[in-house]
Amino acid sequence: MGFLTGLFWFVVVIAGCMAAGWLFRTIAIAVTPKGVKKELRTAPLTASFGMLMIIIYIFVAIFAPLIAPFPERMVVGPEYMPWDQVHLLGTDNLGRDMLSRLIFGARNTVGIAFATTALAFLIGSILGLLAATVGGWLDQVLSRAVDVLMAIPALIFSLLLLTIFGTSVITLILVIAVIDSTRVFRLARSVALNIVVMDYIEAAKLRGEGLWRLITREILPNAMAPLVAEFGLRFCFVFLAISALSFLGLGLQPPMADWGSMVKENATLIAFGDITPLLPAVAIALLTVSVNFVVDWQLHRASGLKE
Amino acid sequence: MTEQNNGKPVLLTMKGLRIEGRSDETWSEIVHGIDLTLHKGEVLGLIGESGAGKSTVGLAAMGFTRDGCRISGGEIVFDGIDLMKASEATKRDLRGKRIAYVAQSAAASFNPAHKLMDQYCEAPVQHGVMGRNEAESDAVDLYRRMQLPEPDVIGFRYPHQVSGGQLQRAMTAMAMACRPDLIIFDEPTTALDVTTQIEVLAAIRNIVEQFDTAAIYITHDLAVVAQMADRIKVLLKGDEVEEADTRSMLSAPKEDYTKSLWAVRSHARAEQPPVAADKTPVVSVKNITAGYGAVDVLMNVNFDIHERRTVAVVGESGSGKSTTARVITGLLPPRQGEILFDGKVLPPDYRRRTRDQLRQAQMIYQMADTALNPKLRIRELIGRPAQMYLGLQGKALTDRIRNLLDLIELEPDDYIDRLPAELSGGQKQRIGIARALAAEPKFIICDEVTSALDQLVAEGILKLLDKLQTEFDLAYMFITHDLATVKAIADEVVVMKEGRVVEQGPKSEMFQPPHDPYTELLLSSVPEMDPDWLTDLLRERESG
Repeated sequence: MGFLTGLFWFVVVIAGCMAAGWLFRTIAIAVTPKGVKKELRTAPLTASFGMLMIIIYIFVAIFAPLIAPFPERMVVGPEYMPWDQVHLLGTDNLGRDMLSRLIFGARNTVGIAFATTALAFLIGSILGLLAATVGGWLDQVLSRAVDVLMAIPALIFSLLLLTIFGTSVITLILVIAVIDSTRVFRLARSVALNIVVMDYIEAAKLRGEGLWRLITREILPNAMAPLVAEFGLRFCFVFLAISALSFLGLGLQPPMADWGSMVKENATLIAFGDITPLLPAVAIALLTVSVNFVVDWQLHRASGLKE
Repeated sequence: MTEQNNGKPVLLTMKGLRIEGRSDETWSEIVHGIDLTLHKGEVLGLIGESGAGKSTVGLAAMGFTRDGCRISGGEIVFDGIDLMKASEATKRDLRGKRIAYVAQSAAASFNPAHKLMDQYCEAPVQHGVMGRNEAESDAVDLYRRMQLPEPDVIGFRYPHQVSGGQLQRAMTAMAMACRPDLIIFDEPTTALDVTTQIEVLAAIRNIVEQFDTAAIYITHDLAVVAQMADRIKVLLKGDEVEEADTRSMLSAPKEDYTKSLWAVRSHARAEQPPVAADKTPVVSVKNITAGYGAVDVLMNVNFDIHERRTVAVVGESGSGKSTTARVITGLLPPRQGEILFDGKVLPPDYRRRTRDQLRQAQMIYQMADTALNPKLRIRELIGRPAQMYLGLQGKALTDRIRNLLDLIELEPDDYIDRLPAELSGGQKQRIGIARALAAEPKFIICDEVTSALDQLVAEGILKLLDKLQTEFDLAYMFITHDLATVKAIADEVVVMKEGRVVEQGPKSEMFQPPHDPYTELLLSSVPEMDPDWLTDLLRERESG
């Protein structure tokens, strides 16, 4: 019987998600300008649901102080309180409100992940496009440097660097951005290599265009689709990396709320059959899946795959 | 329909064939009810521009459609089998065994990882027509009949080890492997040089006659279809225009569209007075030797291009035509020799040239698809050179762009904010011309600008180039392998072979004997509209 009930709820949740996605898409098509409208029509329900979830996360992250019932770091009661009317999700190991910390965690984890990914893309794609366009020794130097960095496992390498440079938010962002930019570099370079051999690049070179304009106007617009898709995927990886580092104690430092460390701090509750410590993990999983839904849709469109 | 079956039974009939294609999630009809009858041993030529539905109809003869297409109506009966109702298994059994297909690009259709022989044997062995050993000896026999060199061993080479023309013949031999009743040839010689084309045409015609195979021959080249087909069917945008046997179609076409196709090669540039001997040429190529790596691709090339004159550079692929253009533009600095522009030496590397030197020499590319940045709008594509070289801004720039669009005969309001993807092939090529013009150059290199276009569209481009030349006193270097284009546009001709200039001179002399033997071969290889041309030529070459 338990299995059937489980199955029933599972189906209900999936149906609910799809309905939410459908509703979101219908509303979005109605309110957006014409160009966007046409693109939205091609979105499958999974992608609509993904977009809805991403918007909710962004909303929560921005308005965290207004939504959260309690401040991020205030001890509001005894530790490990069960769920009740006041503390909807109970309290954590120090007696702080779980729901509030979950909401502030969105701001910290998602915000930092976004900043890190953006920085990684800035570094990686500029250097990658430069290497492909200029070629020669510059390409050799950059590519070999990236090879060396990629030879070291990412998690171990970031643990090492964070131990050396300390664990402030800035160093965390810089370290993960640099490590991740190597992956972006490789993608940007290989995409650009296919573009620089086109006749229109030759025409632009013969016209006497400078390097900057060549990269920004001629190459970048044509490399955008795969880079955007990669941005979504990278964002998930960075996000997971930060949570993993926090779980290991080298990421965001207490008392800042962070989903990775929240799982670690309250892990003892799992032994008692309480699912509260898993909620941050669910938040991570939901966002990761949502981003991937949207990325899949974009990739499908960009690659022109049919059926 | 003409009944010229010589008492032979009907092999294939299509009645009211309708095919739909899918774009932007909706189905639209691309073939609107085609009727077709083919008798045993008969060759039917399907001609028309790109987008006419030739290939789609050809593939439908196998009961097959490309991805994103579907047959929406009509019937296809092959030797009593209704292909519309036949199961996939039945159709699979027919394909390769009784109906074979020869694609346009043999190089792209062969699997590069397997030897020719292995690919040859696949179909007969799979269909159980013969065993592996039998198939191999049969292949050698067919290779010999296709006049391939070293027929005994050529099958053991990989596709990249044989030339394009040989590959196309090997593919035809492969299609013959199961002795099919019907072969569909989809533009089998379009990608080949004229001199190679002859050999392939002769081989195909020979083998089709020997085995009394029926064929559907798809092409956009009228002169080719005149050699190959017993009957010709003209298609336009998925509709049949007319159908008749080859001779009456050539001598007395009924429909206006067919007549316009026939008249296409009529454009000819008026004879220009000779250039004064003391006049400085716009571009002068002096003793150029150049190459990639250690290999010399060009050897001691010399020629001049004068104002308001068109020099056509002719030759097979690999003869160094495009390399010459790369040397002139400065993309490939030469090992020896120099390029003079208005009597002054140009720096060999384009990066060392001044902006004004770059502006003076512009280039129009063969593939407009890859020559225009797909993410930029027309406004920026043709506005950028004007902005960069002439410093135009704001209203002056917009006016200039509109003026350029007028010049290339595209409605400015309609086209200025379009993306290249929203243009047809001919329109894209016009934008390429406008981009070159925007720099206000004295000299334009046209690299095979019409070879990717349909004949009617190409004709329009040639006329436009001709008009612009007179209007702006331009000098053209026209790279082409098509001698019909040379006749239409050139003042002077430079014939190249293996990196050397074989012959050069005014067009009038070039098309009159005596010739260099290579020029002679090139000239005699251009197909003519006369259905007996190939037969006569082969007989002549045999005896000579």
